[in-house]
Amino acid sequence: MRNLRLLGALAVGAGSVALAQDPELSAADTAWMLVATGLVLLMTPALAFFYGGLVRSKSALNTMMMSFVALGFVGVAWALVGYSISLSPGGNDFIGDLRFAFLNGVSLENKGAVAAITIPHLLWMAFQGTFCIITAALVSGSIVERMRFPAYLLFMTLWSVAVYAPLAKWVWGGGFLADLGAWDFAGGTVVHINAGISGLVAALVLGTRKDFGRQAILPHNVPFVLLGAALLWFGWFGFNAGSAWGASQSASIAFVNTMLAPAAALVVWALLDLTRTGKVTAVGVATAIVVGLVVITPAAGYVSATSALLMGAIGAFPSYFAMLWRARSKLDDSLDVFAGHGIGGMTGAILTGVFGQKVIAGVEVGYFNGLLAGNPQQVLIQAFAVLIAVGYSALMTFILLKLVGVITPLRASAKDEATGMDVTQHGEEGYTSGEGAILVLESGEPRGKPAAAKS
Amino acid sequence: MKLVVAIVRPEKVNDVLEALYKAEVRGLTISRVQGHGGETDEVQTYRGTTVKMELHEKVRFEIGVSDSFVAPTVRAIMSAARTGEVGDGKIFVLPVEKVYRIRTGEEDTAAVTPVA
Repeated sequence: MRNLRLLGALAVGAGSVALAQDPELSAADTAWMLVATGLVLLMTPALAFFYGGLVRSKSALNTMMMSFVALGFVGVAWALVGYSISLSPGGNDFIGDLRFAFLNGVSLENKGAVAAITIPHLLWMAFQGTFCIITAALVSGSIVERMRFPAYLLFMTLWSVAVYAPLAKWVWGGGFLADLGAWDFAGGTVVHINAGISGLVAALVLGTRKDFGRQAILPHNVPFVLLGAALLWFGWFGFNAGSAWGASQSASIAFVNTMLAPAAALVVWALLDLTRTGKVTAVGVATAIVVGLVVITPAAGYVSATSALLMGAIGAFPSYFAMLWRARSKLDDSLDVFAGHGIGGMTGAILTGVFGQKVIAGVEVGYFNGLLAGNPQQVLIQAFAVLIAVGYSALMTFILLKLVGVITPLRASAKDEATGMDVTQHGEEGYTSGEGAILVLESGEPRGKPAAAKS
Repeated sequence: MKLVVAIVRPEKVNDVLEALYKAEVRGLTISRVQGHGGETDEVQTYRGTTVKMELHEKVRFEIGVSDSFVAPTVRAIMSAARTGEVGDGKIFVLPVEKVYRIRTGEEDTAAVTPVA
């Protein structure tokens, strides 16, 4: 997403009144953004597979459900209030107002949005909503296999409004971080640092799984993890190239960078694996793809293709070693949301300040120069934005979890956890044979004896 | 020699393995089984189809031991697999007529004594 400092200034105070500077609605841009919005929405089910494969089979459904329900609960919260308080032109530098609550006044014209757009305002709202959904789902990776589902639903819904929306306002909605000149193309700060830090705090508040550190807890379906990584990468083209808000040269460089950075991260990760253990791992490669994508996200439309390769390669290191450390620590951030998205997001945000350049491949599509282009100050501005995001995200997540904990217990009982979250939270199993199951009729009387086990 | 057959909760398997290891019981076989021992039925629903899970997932241990190892083996399983609720499982101790170690042809007690 582009920085809205200039664009936003035009819209602030103007409300829904059409501005003379409003660009024309573009069919080409609209076509691409329709596709991009669908692509980003696909990332959430993709994440369900990525996360679902990484947990034990007795909690596979529960873990996948944590992502899937975000499509509903966060999607609805976004339409009702989230969009308005994060991206309405009114309010102040810290939070938007409620003018777009219940999508009131969000039209099919390209007018009224906080930014100058060439696509219908309503489509832009939907595109932004898919970001909020995936961010909330990302957090779930750190608290899998132990959080009561009702508590999770409440926490996630509140989180999308109280944590995501204000942060989106600060960075993308013409808020104070945008005014400072911090740049975040597609969500390094708002999405990844935010989810990573919230995940870290949530893991600390909830505590470790009962079995953590006592016995090996292994991924139950590595092919799911690879499938999830593949679909995430595919969806991420919409996430990054869609953040140009049009079918443009900016979208093209973001698209290319989204292809190259994960490629470089994958190579570095595989070589690190190879030199350290002698084997290249599948879970490692899937993780590398995600880390590469996270790192390039804030920079996607601001850096050259060569820089994207460098960013992917450099970005693999901090996350790789953070994960090695985490697995041996007492921190049960179960699916490494912090090491992957938190550390990866910070690396990406800082490197955006290093590699950013106005002129990319002969065309001026960037918006600022970074350290290498002679503007070292940009690195400090980026770092400041990172600190603000870390502080706010950590504090608010902690408060929200404590609040939800007062209303309803956060942790499943030790027995439920041991039996598996699928059966205890959902009354279903991911992998059930049906053998020994008795059909319960409405009278409540079981019909017949259990079917004989197949030979 | 005896064959100790134990049916335990799947979530207790790691605890049992750890206890057996500490009791220096080495050779064992486990298998996933389904069974019913009087525990409360668990109700599941799939799109309006409600079912009771009459058979529960369990894990069966089969451990061939020399006579002196029977008591430690049973003690280890008993303490590690117990939760105190219905469905903790059973331990059976069966007589064994003959044991052979396939690799060496050793018989009986020699065959169930772990290789040093």
